[in-house]
Amino acid sequence: MKANPQAVNQQRYWALGELTLARLREFYREPEAVFWVYGFPILLVVGLGIAFRNQPVEHIKVDVVASPKAQSVVEALAKQERFEPELVSPDEARMHLRTGRTALVVEVGESQTPSYQYQFDPTRPESVLAEAAVDDALQRAAGRQDVAEVKVEDFNEPGGRYIDFLVPGLLGMSLMGGGLWGVGFVTVDMRIRKLLKRFLATPMRKTDFLGGVMLSRLLFLVPEVLVLLVFARLAFGVVIYGSLAAVAFLILLGAVTFAGLGLLVASRAKTLEAVSGLMNLVMLPMWLLSGIFFSSDRFPQAAQPFIKLLPLTALNNSLRAVMQEGASLASQLPEIGLLSGWAIVTFVLALKLFRWV
Amino acid sequence: MTLAIRCQDLVKRYDGRPPVEAVRGLNLEVERGECFGLLGPNGAGKTTTIEILEGLLTPTSGEVEVLGLRWGKADNEIRQRIGISLQETRLSEKLTVLETLRLFRSFYREGPDPRECLAKVSLEEKADARVGKLSGGQKQRLAVACAIVGNPELLFLDEPTTGLDPGSRRQLWDIIREVRSAGRTILLTTHYMDEAERLCDRVAIVDHGQVIALGTPRELIASLGGEHVIEFTLACAPAEAIDAALAALPSVSEVRQEDDHWSLSVAEPHIVLPLLMETLRERHCELTSLTTRHASLEDVFVKLAGRHLDDEPVNA
Repeated sequence: MKANPQAVNQQRYWALGELTLARLREFYREPEAVFWVYGFPILLVVGLGIAFRNQPVEHIKVDVVASPKAQSVVEALAKQERFEPELVSPDEARMHLRTGRTALVVEVGESQTPSYQYQFDPTRPESVLAEAAVDDALQRAAGRQDVAEVKVEDFNEPGGRYIDFLVPGLLGMSLMGGGLWGVGFVTVDMRIRKLLKRFLATPMRKTDFLGGVMLSRLLFLVPEVLVLLVFARLAFGVVIYGSLAAVAFLILLGAVTFAGLGLLVASRAKTLEAVSGLMNLVMLPMWLLSGIFFSSDRFPQAAQPFIKLLPLTALNNSLRAVMQEGASLASQLPEIGLLSGWAIVTFVLALKLFRWV
Repeated sequence: MTLAIRCQDLVKRYDGRPPVEAVRGLNLEVERGECFGLLGPNGAGKTTTIEILEGLLTPTSGEVEVLGLRWGKADNEIRQRIGISLQETRLSEKLTVLETLRLFRSFYREGPDPRECLAKVSLEEKADARVGKLSGGQKQRLAVACAIVGNPELLFLDEPTTGLDPGSRRQLWDIIREVRSAGRTILLTTHYMDEAERLCDRVAIVDHGQVIALGTPRELIASLGGEHVIEFTLACAPAEAIDAALAALPSVSEVRQEDDHWSLSVAEPHIVLPLLMETLRERHCELTSLTTRHASLEDVFVKLAGRHLDDEPVNA
C-alpha cells in the first residue's frame, strides 16, 4: 500500500553529496570556526615568523667597569658597529649581568700591558658569543696579527631558515587539529543533539554518513592548506623544493589519519567535555614531542622510539623532507607506512566502537 | 492485510542497581490506517516502547512485527517504509529548512518533493530560513515534515506537541489529521489526554510499562459508567460520611474523594444535580465550588491508576 501515489517521485538524491554539503554549510556559516581553522595558523606563522626572523647578528651589549683605562676600551669597541659598550660602576655591572641586560662585563686591568677580566654566564649563548667577539676585537686592538687568510660569504637561501622549518610543522599541526576537531567534536555534538539517533532511524547508509564526514573534512582542507602555503610563500618566501604532488599526497594521508583518530576519539563520548579531554590527551603529546616548533631530535635518545611512532612526528618529518630537502615520496616509505597503519587501525577500531545513541 | 504493528509480551529491562523494568509485558496491535495513541504519564514506558518499535532499542524479550517485518531481518526495508519524529532532536541550526528536508529526502528511495512536503506542514514561507530561527512549533512541524518526506506507510510521533503553546498544538493536530487522511498509519505517544481524545482512533493507556486500558476514546470514557463528571468542594468536612448517600443517588456510577474535593461519574447531570443539592442541604454542608463537565480520558486514567496523568510517576 502506497500512500498518496501522485505526490511520490523516485527522483534520486545523492545522500553522500547531501551529507557532505550539510557539513560544509554548517561549517562556513559559523564564522568563529572559520577563523580558528583558517586564521589561526596564519597568525601563528606571522607571529613566529617575525619573532624568529633571521636578523643580522644582534647588537652585543657590553658593560665596561669604570676605571682610568676603561674609556679607551669603550672607544675601541665602539668602532665596531655590532658592539654597544657602556661605562658602568661595578655595582651596576653586577646588576646588569644578573638581570640579563648585558651579555658581558669587562674589567680593565691597571697594568702597563693591556689586561682584561671577563665576567659572564657561560650557559647563556649570547654571552659566550659576546666573550668571543669582544676578546677578538680587544686582542686585535692590542696588536694581534691574524695568520690565516679568511673569506666570509653570507648564506641566506630559503630552505634553511627557521620559518622554512616552521611551516611544515604548522601544516602538520593544523592537519591534526582540523582532523580531531573537525571530525571528533562535530560527531559528538551530533550525538548529543540526538541527530545521530535520528539518522539511525532513517534508511541512511552508515557508509554514506562516514563518507560525508570524511569528504567534507578533505574539502575544508583545500583552502586551509592553500592559505597557509600561499601566505608563507608571499610573506616569507617559503618555497617547496619537492614535488607538489608529493606534498599533496602527504597532506591527504595526514588528513585521513587524523580524521580516523578523530572518529576513534568520538566513537563513544557522550559529552563535549569528555571528547575535549580525550582530544587534548591525544594531541598534547604530539604538540610537545612531534617537532612542530623545534626538532623532535632534541628529546633524549631513550624517548625517540616512542616519539617516532607518533603519527604527527612521521607527518612532520616527511613533510619537511619533501618541502625543505626535495626528498621523493619513495624515500618516505617508512613514514607513509606508519601513517597508513595509524589510519587503518583507528578507522577499524572506530567503526567497531562507534555508538549512534 | 497484515497489521501495521504487532507486539507481544514486550519487555525492556535496563541493567543497573536496581535494574529498571521500563516495559513489562506489553501487548499491542495497531491496524493499518488508524491513528493509534499511547497515552500515559511520564515514565510509563511510552518512549521505550515506541523506540523499540522504531528499531532504535532492542527489547529484552518479546516479539515485534512492524508492517509484517521483523527488526534484525529487514531493517532497511522497514526504515524505508516508516517515518519518525523523536522526542528531542536538535536539527542543525545553521541549515535552512529546505536544506534539512532535502538531506532527509536523500536517505529514502522515494517520496514527495521536499517543497511539497513543506507545504503540507505550512512551512513554505520558511523554506530558506535557518532552522535556528524557527519557533518551537515551527521546529516541531519541520520534524514532522522530516518524518513524512520518505512517504512512509507508518508514522511514529513521540510526544509531538509537548512544550508547545495551544495555538501551535492545534496547528500540529490539523497537520497530523491531514497526514492520516492520506491513508497512513500513525502511532503517537502523548501525556495529554485531550490530544489522545481528539486525534486518535484508538488509545492504549499505559502505566508502569503495561497497557491498562484499550479502546476508542469514546469506549474508554463510556467504561466510566457516565459521560459526565460533577465536581464539587465543601467549606467544611461533613459531620457524617456522605459517600454512601452520594453513591446511592440515581445515575451516579462512581464517587471519588480527595481531601475536600469530590467527583462523581454521572450519566445524567440534570437528574443528579437537584438531588445532590438536597443531600448537601440536609447535612448542612456549604458548597465552595461546583462544576460539571464531560468525562475525559484523564478520568479513565485516574480511575484505573488511582492518580493523575501529570502526577510524578510512582516508583513501584
